[in-house]
Amino acid sequence: MKLKDVCKILEAESAWEADWTPSATREVTSCQASDLISDILSFRGPDSLLLTGLTNVQVIRVAELLDFVAICFVRGKRPEPEAVKLAEDKDIPLFATPLLMYEACGRLYAARLPAGTKKEASPIA
Amino acid sequence: MPELEITKIQELIYELRVGDVMHKDVVTVMPSTPVSKLREVLRDNRISGTPVVENGRLVGIISVEDFIKWLGEGSPGCAVADRMTRNVIAVCADEPLIQAVNKLERLGFGRLPVLKRGTEEVVGILTKGDSIAGLLKKLDVDYRQAETRHARSSHIFEDIVADRSSLIFEYDVAGGGDVERAGASASGLKTSLMRLGINPQTVRRAAIATYEAEMNLMFFTNGGLITAIIESNSIRLEVTDDGPGIENVDQAMRPGFSTAPDWVRELGFGAGMGLHNIKTCADRMRLDSTVGVGTHLEVEILVGGKREVIRDHATVTA
Repeated sequence: MKLKDVCKILEAESAWEADWTPSATREVTSCQASDLISDILSFRGPDSLLLTGLTNVQVIRVAELLDFVAICFVRGKRPEPEAVKLAEDKDIPLFATPLLMYEACGRLYAARLPAGTKKEASPIA
Repeated sequence: MPELEITKIQELIYELRVGDVMHKDVVTVMPSTPVSKLREVLRDNRISGTPVVENGRLVGIISVEDFIKWLGEGSPGCAVADRMTRNVIAVCADEPLIQAVNKLERLGFGRLPVLKRGTEEVVGILTKGDSIAGLLKKLDVDYRQAETRHARSSHIFEDIVADRSSLIFEYDVAGGGDVERAGASASGLKTSLMRLGINPQTVRRAAIATYEAEMNLMFFTNGGLITAIIESNSIRLEVTDDGPGIENVDQAMRPGFSTAPDWVRELGFGAGMGLHNIKTCADRMRLDSTVGVGTHLEVEILVGGKREVIRDHATVTA
């Protein structure tokens, strides 16, 4: 599923004034949702979308470390300025959806976007 | 530099197998299928030819050219068997793509059926378009790796002549709850390990362990030091601080146990999973702590080999 399709399903828009059009065709293969940093850090698999209600700079950090494709903030929350700065620096698109976490997850799941795996697949030797 | 690029593409063409790029959902017809039905098959599937299969065995191939010829002859009533090419040239799924592409070129064919080696079973079909798409995809995947090579540090361990060699990176971590800056060590380590050409999954494990350790230093101590010792087959992380120390290490290791105050929890931390996350990322982990003196954490992550298997059995000594 392309990032632009995800945004359409979630009725999401850019979480700040930046134009993420170039990233619209990025492929999203799974989704993870949590408001706990340590939970997010137990997720595996690149090309995931992160759904969260956390808007601080550390959410961007973990998205960077885990190679998330993009972050979508639920409930219309907007990221803190420090978070925006880091996201811009690390080229992580930020979106905001007016939906609550439950409905955001439900819509994506219904659109057959799977949950990310908990463990990484064995690397190809 | 251009020479290097060409070599890389050549390598790819030899590396890719027919099975990697072929179309797996093959549309086939039977020898008994009337030629008049062929039009629908070709049109509905938007293809220009199809293998003819009987009892799971490849017996021929029929293309849009055969169909046009048949039309030109006034579309006499006959079956695919009467019009198909019988001596079909096919390729095997495990054949290098370059051989198959050469065959397509030499014979001037638009498509080649792909067989499972040693059988007559059709497992796919290969067209020139598939070959190009497959190569482009592979090139894209390899792009990140190529970028890493440009950093020119990925061969460092091979270039150094020594019985043992290691790279040591040190990161100072500020304590006292400096949330804005925290995470920079994990980020820096990740970037450096990627530049060394270490597999991204291994890099992520090292980055996560470093991040969790870094957060512990930031929230609970007055600061500390993270040292990463990188050798050809392992990444070792050492995290030290001088207090306050962990009262009960066993309890601290338990998933869900946390002493984090409310302001830490409000930031999304304090789930009590930090040390547990480190453990799941590590092949070996050792945690020593003395109240009032400090904490020393050692994490080892193996690079290369069957580490994914080992990981589930990380040994923790405290």
